[in-house]
Amino acid sequence: MNEQSHVEFKGENMKTPIYMDYQATTPMDPRVVEVMMPYFGAKYGNPHSRSHSFGWEAEEAVEAARAQVASLIGASPKEIIFTSGATESNNLALKGAAMFYRDKGKDHIITSVTEHKCVLDTCRHLEQEEGFKVTYLPVQENGLISLDALKDAITDRTVLVSIMAVHNEIGVIQPLAEIGRICRENKIFFHTDAAQGAGKIPLDVNEMNIDLMSISGHKIYGPMGIGALFVRRKPRVRLRPLINGGGQERGMRSGTLSPPLCVGLGEACAIAEAEMASDNERIRLLAKRFHTAINDRLPEVILNGDDEHRFWGNINLSFAYVEGESLMMGIRDLAVSSGSACTSASLEPSYVLRSLGVEEEMAHTSIRFGIGRFTTEAEIDYAVEHIVKAVEKLRAMSPLWEMAQEGIDIKSIEWADH
Amino acid sequence: MSQSRTIYLDYNATAPVKPAVVEAVAQALATGGNPSSVHSTGRNARIAVENAREKVASLLGASAGDVIFTSGGTEANNLCLRSFHEAGRKLLVSAVEHPSVMTTALALGATIIPVDQNGVVQPDSLAELLEAEGKDQSVLVSVMAANNETGVLQPIQELADIAHQYGALMHTDAVQVAGKIPFDMKVLNVDLATISAHKTCGPAGTGALITSVQVGKMQGIQTGGGQEKGLRPGTENLAGIAGFGVAAELAADDLARTDEIEALRDSLERQISDFALDVRIFGADTARVGNTSCFAMPGVDSEVQVMSFDLEGIAISAGAACSSGKVSASPVLLAMGVDETAASSAIRVSLGWGTTQDDIDEFVAAWKALYGRLGQKSEELTAA
Amino acid sequence: MAYSDKLIEHYENPLNIGSFEKDDDGVGTGLVGAPACGDVMKLQIKVNPEGIIEDAKFKTFGCGSAIASSSLVTEWVKGKSLDEAGEIKNTDIAEELALPPVKIHCSVLAEDAIKAAISDYKEKSAAIAKGEAAE
Repeated sequence: MNEQSHVEFKGENMKTPIYMDYQATTPMDPRVVEVMMPYFGAKYGNPHSRSHSFGWEAEEAVEAARAQVASLIGASPKEIIFTSGATESNNLALKGAAMFYRDKGKDHIITSVTEHKCVLDTCRHLEQEEGFKVTYLPVQENGLISLDALKDAITDRTVLVSIMAVHNEIGVIQPLAEIGRICRENKIFFHTDAAQGAGKIPLDVNEMNIDLMSISGHKIYGPMGIGALFVRRKPRVRLRPLINGGGQERGMRSGTLSPPLCVGLGEACAIAEAEMASDNERIRLLAKRFHTAINDRLPEVILNGDDEHRFWGNINLSFAYVEGESLMMGIRDLAVSSGSACTSASLEPSYVLRSLGVEEEMAHTSIRFGIGRFTTEAEIDYAVEHIVKAVEKLRAMSPLWEMAQEGIDIKSIEWADH
Repeated sequence: MSQSRTIYLDYNATAPVKPAVVEAVAQALATGGNPSSVHSTGRNARIAVENAREKVASLLGASAGDVIFTSGGTEANNLCLRSFHEAGRKLLVSAVEHPSVMTTALALGATIIPVDQNGVVQPDSLAELLEAEGKDQSVLVSVMAANNETGVLQPIQELADIAHQYGALMHTDAVQVAGKIPFDMKVLNVDLATISAHKTCGPAGTGALITSVQVGKMQGIQTGGGQEKGLRPGTENLAGIAGFGVAAELAADDLARTDEIEALRDSLERQISDFALDVRIFGADTARVGNTSCFAMPGVDSEVQVMSFDLEGIAISAGAACSSGKVSASPVLLAMGVDETAASSAIRVSLGWGTTQDDIDEFVAAWKALYGRLGQKSEELTAA
Repeated sequence: MAYSDKLIEHYENPLNIGSFEKDDDGVGTGLVGAPACGDVMKLQIKVNPEGIIEDAKFKTFGCGSAIASSSLVTEWVKGKSLDEAGEIKNTDIAEELALPPVKIHCSVLAEDAIKAAISDYKEKSAAIAKGEAAE
């Protein structure tokens, strides 16, 4: 079942495929696995069992993990709700707040067109099924929202603004502190989907006036199946639960907590907090090495998204005249993605790139390269070699490249629809 | 834990994970991959998820395509009830359901089906309620297969047949029977069932709703990516699901040991009832899951008993683990017509694959000692 | 979504990549698809005076399946008459390469490309014949 193999490259023995899909999911940090494993085995208590030490031990571990998550974002442990992942956190934040405050005359939500699919789908659900009005802010060419557009969109019926922290496809960082300030001034809740941001960039819920924040375990070297939602206590944000039952997580999220998953998320947050600065410096240098080498060797490669306000662990490139899927096939030694994992089976070009104003034909040529904690310099160099070779080969067989070389403007051709 | 040896008799709260499951989990954690990614790392993760789906389905006699993985039993129950409520179905649930069904059902305006003094839903009661709903009202009936506190089994097949006669759908929370008794959804004729990994010796944080109802007729609680046929978006809990698969596969071995575990439970009950005539075993007069025993030591508060056993290194519980430390009499026992005094002196002992005769004997010895210290006084009071 | 060995072979070592001089008399060119849809196929045939396709070449912008489909049909049309080549069905291509359902459109595009190349050749030779007749 395991297709992994090894290759020799520059005298180094390297495992392939080289993992460059850190935005879809990160490999587990072995240190996280280590602290989790005992809770899968000997320490198997139900953290809600109040009657015996198995339960207490599990509860203690869960609470310690809660404090680790809180610390990463400057929150209080009491403000952290464990969920099954960022999708649930986003659903709970949006539906929970929207439905709770609807009776108070608040029925308007502001978000952006480039949010993660689960935020957009949740907003659409609230629009179509529950009668909410949703403003989808456009983004500028660099992928960032305009603060003026945000201010203009706010009405006295606005309950919530939901803008993601770090973008999953293009890595841009939204101006969170500014958005937070605007929301607080207008007494509107600010939710941020920080699945790709928490543990990657410094985030402080108080400094940034964030009221709700979604966190995912498996995007920060922790386990899948767990996430968290930060829910501010002062001023208090109230939510209507999505899942009822035993009343766990202060009634906002029922269901038996999984101690190993909670412990894993906690440890992942603690490591991220301790190592963020050094991780990011390394990632930035690797990203620079990668991007520079590609640009030096290949003409007409474009970096999507702002080149300053970005997390460098995410490099989304458009290789003009080379179709993305064929390029992915050509670099099968690299595990990469042409967009977000949950939509990668579809043939549509990314709605995110389209929102940035990227031409449809260029959107078809885009690949996202993820660089993370475990990426090595040798892997970067190997990746560059592979990409350059594949792009050159595919351009040599691309009719569009041929036309471009002959000076034919492909836009001047009348293409048939099919 | 301070005790040199701890005896775990709280399998219904959570079951110790089997070594082979831990191995599968560890392997999945190390391999990783997002099952929706198209590269080989992702495809391997997808294979692991689909293998587990087969095994989980097989445990309940269902098809792999019917399994919707969730974060646990609570979410699966919520998904089922909320989905059909959204679709306009009236909900009928029994009076002894787990809180994940009960609180959700009450919030959605459900009608409660009463139980008899054994905690069993009488088929006639269900028929009457369905009759009362009338032909134009579509209904979802949800009755748990076995109760988490008493182990009492419901006549699921009969109830399902009645539900179907009235055109209703039948859901059962099978969390406490999976791997404990043979349970085949097709034979029992149920349309939907809930299962939890950590009650089946798998990892906590994973469960499933098994549904033979057309997916188009259901609606998820969450919106997002298209995972789990769109009914349960969110990246799959790869390690949890992989572990769940192995746990489901191994549960078949436990089925072979059902009689053995039941004999241990019966030995426990015989020993304590022979010792103290006033002990009251709930649900003893009807069919129960062989691993569960719920009984009262008259006059001694459940919490006091539970704490005393913990000091002896024996883990049991006073009822459902999720009641978050609330000290109140069990609604399940109250629904069976047990008076509040007796209900608040009940404890639950639940056995599993790791339980031995020694564990039972030590429990019985500790119980007798406790009874000697605290129980007799109450006996005098009862006598007086 | 695993690809068949045949498909991967055609993708990794595509046959008949390249171009003929478009304006040569015996050459027919088909250009189908659209950049905005993510695939463009240029397929050319070289036809001898007996009406037999002697050689074929392609260039494709598109996914691996599109490239493999192009490579395969350029192989298939060689040695066939125009009528025979015109009978190649997309289903034959899809079957040969075991295309997954989401990639069937690639085989449709390849069929369209042959047809376009044949009709381009026919139009061109008709125009030449007309020109010669006029002389």
